[in-house]
Amino acid sequence: MWLVYFWAAVIAFAILMYVVLDGYDLGVGILFGTMTDERHRATMMGAIAPYWDGNETWLVLTGAGLFAAFPMVYAIFLPAFYLPVALMLLGIAFRGVAFEFRERSTKMRPVWDQGFFLGSLVIAFVQGAAIGAMVQELHVVDGRYAGGGFDWVTPFAIFCGIGAVLGYALLGAGWLVLKTDGELRDWAYLRLPWLLGGVVIVLIVVFVYALAVGLHVFDRWASHPLLLILPFLAALAVVGLAHGIRQRRDGQPFAMATLAVAFSFLTLAASFWPYMIPYTVTVEDAASPPQTLEFFFWGGGLVVFPIVLIYTAAVFWIFRGKVGKVAPRYG
Amino acid sequence: MDLDPLILSRIQFGFTISWHIIFPAFTIGLAAWLATMEGMWLATGNPVYRRLFDFWIKIFAVSFGMGVVTGIVMAFQFGTNWSVLAEKTGPIQGPLLGYETFTAFLLEATFLGIMLVGRDRVSPRLYFFACCMVSLGTLFSSFWIMANNSWMQVPVGHQIVDGKIVPSDWGAIIAGPVFLVRWPHMLLAAFLTTSMCVIATGAWYLLRGIHRSEARGMMHWGMGLAAVLIPVQLFIGHLNGKYVVHHQPSKIAAIEARWHDEKPASEVLLAWPDEENRRNLFAITLPPPFGSLIDSDSLSAAEVGLDSIPREDWPPVAIPFFAFRIMVGMGLIMLAVSWFGNWLRFRGRLETTRWFLWCAFLAFPSGFIAVLSGWVTAEVGRQPWVVFGLLRTGNAVTPTLTGPQVLATLLGYVVVYAFIYAFGALYIYRLLHEGPTEAGVRHAPATGNRPMMAAGPAETATGTAAAAE
Repeated sequence: MWLVYFWAAVIAFAILMYVVLDGYDLGVGILFGTMTDERHRATMMGAIAPYWDGNETWLVLTGAGLFAAFPMVYAIFLPAFYLPVALMLLGIAFRGVAFEFRERSTKMRPVWDQGFFLGSLVIAFVQGAAIGAMVQELHVVDGRYAGGGFDWVTPFAIFCGIGAVLGYALLGAGWLVLKTDGELRDWAYLRLPWLLGGVVIVLIVVFVYALAVGLHVFDRWASHPLLLILPFLAALAVVGLAHGIRQRRDGQPFAMATLAVAFSFLTLAASFWPYMIPYTVTVEDAASPPQTLEFFFWGGGLVVFPIVLIYTAAVFWIFRGKVGKVAPRYG
Repeated sequence: MDLDPLILSRIQFGFTISWHIIFPAFTIGLAAWLATMEGMWLATGNPVYRRLFDFWIKIFAVSFGMGVVTGIVMAFQFGTNWSVLAEKTGPIQGPLLGYETFTAFLLEATFLGIMLVGRDRVSPRLYFFACCMVSLGTLFSSFWIMANNSWMQVPVGHQIVDGKIVPSDWGAIIAGPVFLVRWPHMLLAAFLTTSMCVIATGAWYLLRGIHRSEARGMMHWGMGLAAVLIPVQLFIGHLNGKYVVHHQPSKIAAIEARWHDEKPASEVLLAWPDEENRRNLFAITLPPPFGSLIDSDSLSAAEVGLDSIPREDWPPVAIPFFAFRIMVGMGLIMLAVSWFGNWLRFRGRLETTRWFLWCAFLAFPSGFIAVLSGWVTAEVGRQPWVVFGLLRTGNAVTPTLTGPQVLATLLGYVVVYAFIYAFGALYIYRLLHEGPTEAGVRHAPATGNRPMMAAGPAETATGTAAAAE
């Protein structure tokens, strides 16, 4: 039985890694659309070039892990978000090649650039909206999704989608401040407070709305007040972020934004626990039989996940420092 | 007309998987080809091998990248469109496909990175080792895919507990007898696909009178390998037929367009299967016992016809029938090109026989066509089952899907893939057209996760890079 919880933890961890890591490179992609200077655009690409594909791997690992360890969740989530998931996949494909192809032709570059920006925007929005729809609870009957293709389109979910766009852009701006210099860094610093303000406003609206319509999440908080430590820590990280912006400490905004995202994620995960699809399918309901979890554990859990972690750390170490000073290719 | 989400989902899966399989099929062979060239270069010091390596690794990089992009889409298709399949067979298919994803990732994260950008940073022996590991990794990747698909063709090693499919014997699931003949069939197909591309490229250069020494190397290795492998492949293909005869009578009856039980059976070579009236039009048929001989290695064996199979368990007949014949036809083309080419080579007339070089050049897609038509035979022939005998395709589709939804995503995939592939193909064409050049371009990019970078930037990229300084 411990294997069920092992895999639940691995998947939660993979999602968190994905949100933080792909979050900042999607955010840079979103900010990329609001930048017109080609020199800075090239540097922005350079700031995420060595990482973005590795960051995306966490999404693929999440998908593969769910299919193997929690097929029921995989089979409920993907149909419930059929169109947005397809949009996300197309966004990923387009974004992936745009990265390579914008360098290959000056004539086509505006097309690839638009693709890169729109791809990033769509991916971010879809993910936020999906979380919003999950909080509002999916229509599940007998372990299967039973709702319509557009059930996820609610004001609340759309608001959460906008929140994800702003949140990822915040991470992206933090990343740019960390990885770049001069004009571009100043540009990113200017945007940080606005993005932070936007995220805070979205969070407040979401909170008030959820309170007003009485979402199930609140019952959990009311019955487990200790849970409130997590959002409190997230709020502390937000304060730290604001402080970092004021003091212009290049590393602080990204670090604090990461912490804020991590604590928000933990808040959500703790509010859902032990449900994987709130509040209908629990971790144990959804798990594959023990023979499967064990078979997948030896190679996947014991070998692959540690290697992915080491790989992630190694890439970040190799390309540490400001972009211009490493200058692998784009810089 | 009503839009049927089931048929649209099938078209969408067929579309995305077909575009995907082209690249793995190509890169499995290319990885082995590159490891061979690198090994030969280490062993002989002949610079031609090094130039061949430096040239083909660029093609490899782009193909691998395209395979990764299209592979991500596959990782989610099972859930979006086939949620009942995913939920029911997840305990078996999930880890098999998961291991494939993990294998691919491990490859990208480690040895592929060394192979693409590490030439100057590691010793030649370690570099060669990395090449071998990448090749081994692609073999492992195909191992999981074939294990998974073989289980869908002939499900074994599981129990049904409370209506759920639960694995009981992983050994039987991943290395059953069916898998053991299908995996080599796929690997040989991949090697032959790459061989035919290498041969065609060599022939192209010979026709244009450029890169002569490299072209000779391609002809030598490509035709040599193809000539040896194609008879082996025909034999393994025959063994594959035997598993189908044994486990999937409906599929073999469709492949043979055999409507009635026959003992001994005749063999339909070509015909127009008329499913409605259960007969063949314009048939060219070998008399008995050729059918029994081919299907059962026997002069008198009885062969099952579609008549003895309930109508609702029939696959479509014409598609497997023709796809199978296209596959075999491609195999015969490969046989002809490689054997006749080698004969010309021993006579010393290869480079002057221009009509043959044209044939060899035009045969470049034969491997791809064979792979695709072989898969179509296997997958369409398995219908109406998605897991043979266990789960019908019609019951596996996501129940909440509507026709317009699937149509929308299908159009999305078609448009985006067409766009991406047009540019990817253009880029590979440019690389092939230019051929092996002395300037071993190796732009230090980032990681093995971005294989396309190793293919070198566009002519215009220098301007950007300089501007960004």
